[in-house]
Amino acid sequence: MTQANKIKDRVLTVVMTLLSLIWIYPIIMIFFNSLKKDTSISTGTAFELPNAESFTGLSNYVDSITAKGFPKAFWYSLVITVMSVILILVCCSMCAWFITRVHTWYSKALYFLFVFSMVVPFQMLMFTLSATANRLQLDTPYTICIIYLGFGAGLAVFMFCGFMKSVPIEIEEAAMIDGCGPVRTFFLVVMPILKPTLISVGILEVMWLWNDYLLPYLVLDRTKGYMTIPILIQYFRGSYGKVEMGPMMASIMLNIIPIIIVYLVCQKHIIKGVAAGAVKG
Amino acid sequence: MEKTIKKFWPIFVVPTLAAFLVGFLWPFLQGLYLSFCKFITIDKADWNGLKNYIFALTETNFQHSFWFTALFTIVSTICINIAAFAIALALTRNFKGTNTFRSIFFMPNLIGGIVLGYIWNILLNCVLSLLGKPLLSLYAPYGFIGLVILMCWQQIGYMMIIYIAGLQSIPNDYLEAASIDGASNWKVLWKIKIPNVMPSITICLFLSLTNGFKLFDQNLALTGGDPNHQTEMLALNIYETFYGRSGAAWKGYGQAKAVLFCILVIAISLIQLRATRSKEVQQ
Repeated sequence: MTQANKIKDRVLTVVMTLLSLIWIYPIIMIFFNSLKKDTSISTGTAFELPNAESFTGLSNYVDSITAKGFPKAFWYSLVITVMSVILILVCCSMCAWFITRVHTWYSKALYFLFVFSMVVPFQMLMFTLSATANRLQLDTPYTICIIYLGFGAGLAVFMFCGFMKSVPIEIEEAAMIDGCGPVRTFFLVVMPILKPTLISVGILEVMWLWNDYLLPYLVLDRTKGYMTIPILIQYFRGSYGKVEMGPMMASIMLNIIPIIIVYLVCQKHIIKGVAAGAVKG
Repeated sequence: MEKTIKKFWPIFVVPTLAAFLVGFLWPFLQGLYLSFCKFITIDKADWNGLKNYIFALTETNFQHSFWFTALFTIVSTICINIAAFAIALALTRNFKGTNTFRSIFFMPNLIGGIVLGYIWNILLNCVLSLLGKPLLSLYAPYGFIGLVILMCWQQIGYMMIIYIAGLQSIPNDYLEAASIDGASNWKVLWKIKIPNVMPSITICLFLSLTNGFKLFDQNLALTGGDPNHQTEMLALNIYETFYGRSGAAWKGYGQAKAVLFCILVIAISLIQLRATRSKEVQQ
């Protein structure tokens, strides 16, 4: 490597380090504020580190875990995300296999419809969708996954179809000739080949589901106290009258921490999944 | 084999299709119909002809939010893609720590729009109050700049990942041949790298354009449309028309706006794909 290149790399390292410090600063700032007393957090002082006077330790966290309905919201968010992802992965991969392997006008029409649904913004159906969900009693955290399957099917089917085309058909044919029915062929032969795509799609769907705000806000029956974490955080500002900054900061941190842990554990899969999803998209 | 699979359609297709009908197709068609009606609940809808559309197209708030959204989308698309491409170029060089930097830049993507909005609301308001300037929700230009900064912070990492994947898939032979021929870095960038990552550029432009137009959560949490609907983007404007107003006519107006919005987003997607597909290099 030449001398000039070495200097260039060193300069770039410094620039990137500074940039990444700026990048994580907002999260660090929220963390410091979450350790401060309610009264010490105001618009002018958000940058100040907690000092002897304003430091309250973990009391904001204790507060938001015990009193503000956070555990419930966390549980509902978890249930919705896990159930919907499993349902989307299983059902949509099956559907995509059918679409790519059966060449008729209706499989093409179906594919077109799914792709079309990817582009349509949620605002187009928010009112009618929440009414439909209400009528069919799909407005609880345990049944909303059917709505998510329907609304999220577009992206999943599209990505699975894109990958399915490159799966060699001979393996499936061999399995079928050996007397394997389509259902067993799919689960025992196709599914294992699909594993990298299942992970990619799963990651994209989790990122969407865990953070989705408007769909659960409109669909879930809030009179029964169903809410997800994003809805809870929005509530802090909306309907408590005075904003309780301390517990709100703590809730934000409690929302971010699991995400960061998951991210640190399966970082490689996430980054690969995003890249794969984009190439297929 | 095709025939055997075909017989199993109730198992393979019906679950997804049934959910798709409930979760997309039926609400979509019903929404289309209701955009011509005056209604409060779905059961009580009276045919209203094109009145909703005429109202939506002539409402100044809606026009304002259209221009605001368009301007925001253009500015944020340019900022995000240039920055993301530059960072991707830097991080595809060989120096220590590129993986760590990648991880850090990507991280904001995992945080939801509502939470992102509040984080930046607190941060930017603090900066503005220290500078003695009006807060985000009091002065629309700051709201606009705040939204652009927020979107850059969130999206640059995502686009960077796509650009890195594109840059890494350029065959090494091309770059070697160029360096043997004595091409300058600048020439390599314009004649080899950019034409070869054109598919990634297509995808990133497409994603950031549609993300910009569909933006809702961040807008709601950062400014909430304040002051006086001036920083309200299309999605939030539709939401406000639906749920922020009382009176029989508003839901119909909202649905008509939503249909217009939907047509707009579809049109952008089609034009955009067509325009950049033609520039792609066949590898």
